[in-house]
Amino acid sequence: MDLRFLDEAPTAVERDAVDAVLGPPESGWDGGIRQDADLRYARGGHASRERRDLLLPALHAVNDRVGWISRGALDYVCRRLTVPPAEAYAVASFYAMFALHERPRRVVHLCTDIACAAAGSGALRDRLAARLGPPGGGHGPSRGAEAPDAAVTWHESPCLGLCERAPAALALQAGDPARYAVAAPAVAEDVDALTGGGPGTAPGPAGSGNGHHPGPRTTYASAPLPGNRPEPAPASAVPDAGSPDHVLLRRIGRVDPLSLDDYRAAGGYAALREALRIGPAGVLREVNESGLVGRGGAAFPTGRKWSATAQQPDTPHYLVCNADESEPGTFKDRVLMEGDPFSLVEAMTIAGFAIGARTGYLYIRGEYPRALRHLENALALARERGLLGTGIMGSGLDFDIEIRRGAGAYICGEETAIFGSIEGQRGEPRTKPPFPVEKGLFGKPTVVNNVETLVNVLPILLMGGPAYASVGTRDSTGPKLFCLSGGVRRPGLYELPFGATLRDLVEAAGGVPGGRSIRAVLLGGAAGTFVRGDELDIPLTFEGARAAGASLGSGVVLVLDDTADLLATLVRVAAFFRDESCGQCVPCRVGTVRQEEALLRLRSGASSPDRELPLLREVGRAMRDASICGLGQTAWNAVESAIDRLGLFAEPPSAPGGPRATVEDTHQTAAPESGAATEEAS
Amino acid sequence: MTEPVLLAPPRRLIDATIDGEPVRVPEGTTVLEACAGAGTEIPTLCYGDTLTPRNACRVCVVEVEGARTLAPACSRKLEPGMSVATDSERVRHSRRMVLELLGSSVDLSTTPGVAEWNERYGADPDRFGPRAEPAALGVRDARRAGEHEPGDGTEAETVEQPAKVDNDLYVRDYSKCIMCYKCVDACGDQWQNTFAIGVAGRGFDARISTEHDVSLPDSACVYCGNCVEVCPTGALSFATEFEMRREGTWDEGRQTETTTVCTYCGVGCNLTLHVQDNRIVKVTSPHDNPVTHGNLCIKGRFGFQHVQRRGEGERR
Repeated sequence: MDLRFLDEAPTAVERDAVDAVLGPPESGWDGGIRQDADLRYARGGHASRERRDLLLPALHAVNDRVGWISRGALDYVCRRLTVPPAEAYAVASFYAMFALHERPRRVVHLCTDIACAAAGSGALRDRLAARLGPPGGGHGPSRGAEAPDAAVTWHESPCLGLCERAPAALALQAGDPARYAVAAPAVAEDVDALTGGGPGTAPGPAGSGNGHHPGPRTTYASAPLPGNRPEPAPASAVPDAGSPDHVLLRRIGRVDPLSLDDYRAAGGYAALREALRIGPAGVLREVNESGLVGRGGAAFPTGRKWSATAQQPDTPHYLVCNADESEPGTFKDRVLMEGDPFSLVEAMTIAGFAIGARTGYLYIRGEYPRALRHLENALALARERGLLGTGIMGSGLDFDIEIRRGAGAYICGEETAIFGSIEGQRGEPRTKPPFPVEKGLFGKPTVVNNVETLVNVLPILLMGGPAYASVGTRDSTGPKLFCLSGGVRRPGLYELPFGATLRDLVEAAGGVPGGRSIRAVLLGGAAGTFVRGDELDIPLTFEGARAAGASLGSGVVLVLDDTADLLATLVRVAAFFRDESCGQCVPCRVGTVRQEEALLRLRSGASSPDRELPLLREVGRAMRDASICGLGQTAWNAVESAIDRLGLFAEPPSAPGGPRATVEDTHQTAAPESGAATEEAS
Repeated sequence: MTEPVLLAPPRRLIDATIDGEPVRVPEGTTVLEACAGAGTEIPTLCYGDTLTPRNACRVCVVEVEGARTLAPACSRKLEPGMSVATDSERVRHSRRMVLELLGSSVDLSTTPGVAEWNERYGADPDRFGPRAEPAALGVRDARRAGEHEPGDGTEAETVEQPAKVDNDLYVRDYSKCIMCYKCVDACGDQWQNTFAIGVAGRGFDARISTEHDVSLPDSACVYCGNCVEVCPTGALSFATEFEMRREGTWDEGRQTETTTVCTYCGVGCNLTLHVQDNRIVKVTSPHDNPVTHGNLCIKGRFGFQHVQRRGEGERR
């Protein structure tokens, strides 16, 4: 392509960071020094452009090393990959974690989403604002703008997936290696520590912090930013870790998540061995018979998705693991990836085997540095031992996994937006049909599965499909993870077989603290629905929730007690959808803005429910009916249920009653595995 | 003139129903095409007759029986037995809301058809409150994805900002931009392959932008004007049109359109010269012209000044 570049040179550091991902340039045609031979023939072309999917990793490399993406750096990335600068800018500016203007190397992300707001993130926000000025501003008071290296900035963040330890804050610091620190639950001193200190003085190679063995190179250093408390072990998120009843969580807390030997000693890779024994058709049969449905929110039968993809004549087939867990209140996939990363690697290998894919992409959200480190370690060790790559376990199976890291965009968890993000395009959802099983990643047949869904495949193969199907209820089989947060005594990740009621779950978490009562429970996250405190008998099954006009979504159970400010929660939900809309279609792009404005008017008292509720309903209905993807289609769910179910704004009971019949369908589409699946089902 | 005969494989005919009337169309026909054939008018904004449908604006949504959500007529293909309603209550509601949401956030004053559609669907774009003040130039371009300043809700946020005038040939007035993606597609791999612009940012702050919002002369733009050709709202316009509109002298009723052949090279592009008061004020190309499909280069599109240079005595 005949591209025009800005002719701004990258710094040596920026060039190194990009070359570390892309390899050194081959000629003047792809960003290297021009040689005599370059004048006689052209190189690159298609070969360079076919690496477009490395755009996002290359942008990450610069952002991780320098802290922001300069014009010179973007120009260099474009030359290396033959990407038009306007397109690369379009991609880079899509993501919240990338900066296109110079900023300090350390960025503190303070979660102000539902669970953290209920746990007091407001005070932390005020403290950060007092120390560093408004969000995005900033240099520390003691560190002037003349020394951006030593300074820090901050942003309010959507859910960081640390809800069991709310309120949470995450600091990321660019460098070689990049470093991070997590404070959760965060108190004022923790936030001070995240903003304090300079860049780490002891760089050391990444991933070498455990002292025993050098370990594979990982994106983030294993030691946290100096001056911060170490993060509690992954198992701390599971209050009843070690329970003999656990199936999905059985290794959490029992094995060293960095040790492949531990994993194998605890039953790891037995399922893959079984899969290789029974063959791809056998795996498909077991998964079909298990009744497993997607755990990302859409509840589409996994076996059907796999079988449909396996049958496609077009090749290659791809597997995508959707680990872009961003639904506010959801943290189950994080715990699985941090605490038992090899299980996901094994499950992806089995899925790839079953659907005939040689490459699997693991798309993990950018706000999960520890899960990323554990997975990078797991992949490296698995490759070393012949559990990934060619001839896995001495069989003829060839399969490998590439990690792709998101950069702060909830929409990329939508099952078609994730393709765009991986391909190096903007993370915009695509129109269905065609469905991913026909035309998915790179236009090829693709299976997209959520982390929890994939991990369920291990017990299915070990128990057999029919035995798995006998767990739970007839229509909701197997175990399920629930992310409990908010006003309960022991928030955390709980594993229960399908069939328990909401009350059972709240009681398992110790109930609400004395003197408190439950005002509302948000089921399914921001895209989900509120139920009342007197509706705890709702069975936590797909059919039970549906019958109650709610939905399980991704398994979020966020308890709001009588002290919670419901209207503030709704305003936060509305702000979330406005921030996370990709902007492609009008109903969502503008509708989410108008929804937030109406709620702000209601909060300030500038207008009355009589006036605003009809407007909210009309905007909400159009978003639900006419948006392209599940994000817009569910952006009004929580608000609607707060109005109709909780009676917020005390509308007369004669108002069009109850959540609409379509609530459960539409709601599910927001969550990762989404829309297509539901439509496919219909 | 003889037309080339395209020997595409024969397409199976399928039967479907639109608004209760049976239709028989070749497989692969979109709802919009079938409706056009049946004489049913469906409003469109982001649809372009020379471009792949983006189905972004959602003003063309129709109700497909049995589907959970509405479907964009521009891209949804008819399937055997499909029953489509193009004017149901659900359809009318979503169309009205799309018109209201767009009308409240974008300047649609030069978008053909909108006034009539507002009337037809009963849309009232002013219902969301007074419009917020336009942003200063550059403010929207500097916004970070995933962040916004929540106001108090008393003003309806808009995309309005001053027009970008950075070259002599055409003007980008993004107050009028509905984000239809057509300019990006025309500039990119669907026609021009110049890739000077993309959609930057996210959500309500998404905008059409060059890299780092550099001015057009610093960008890859080659001034073919093919983006202007496809812009449905007048956000992109000839500098002549922009100036005349500002002066209040733009009057399409007084304009004539003459289609001729470009004299610059031997390709033979059709030009349609829009002439007002004996001056060429705009150049387009017929979208059904097999040479251009509506596309031109800088010479055909903007190189007309010499024709009307008639010596000092005759200049105004």
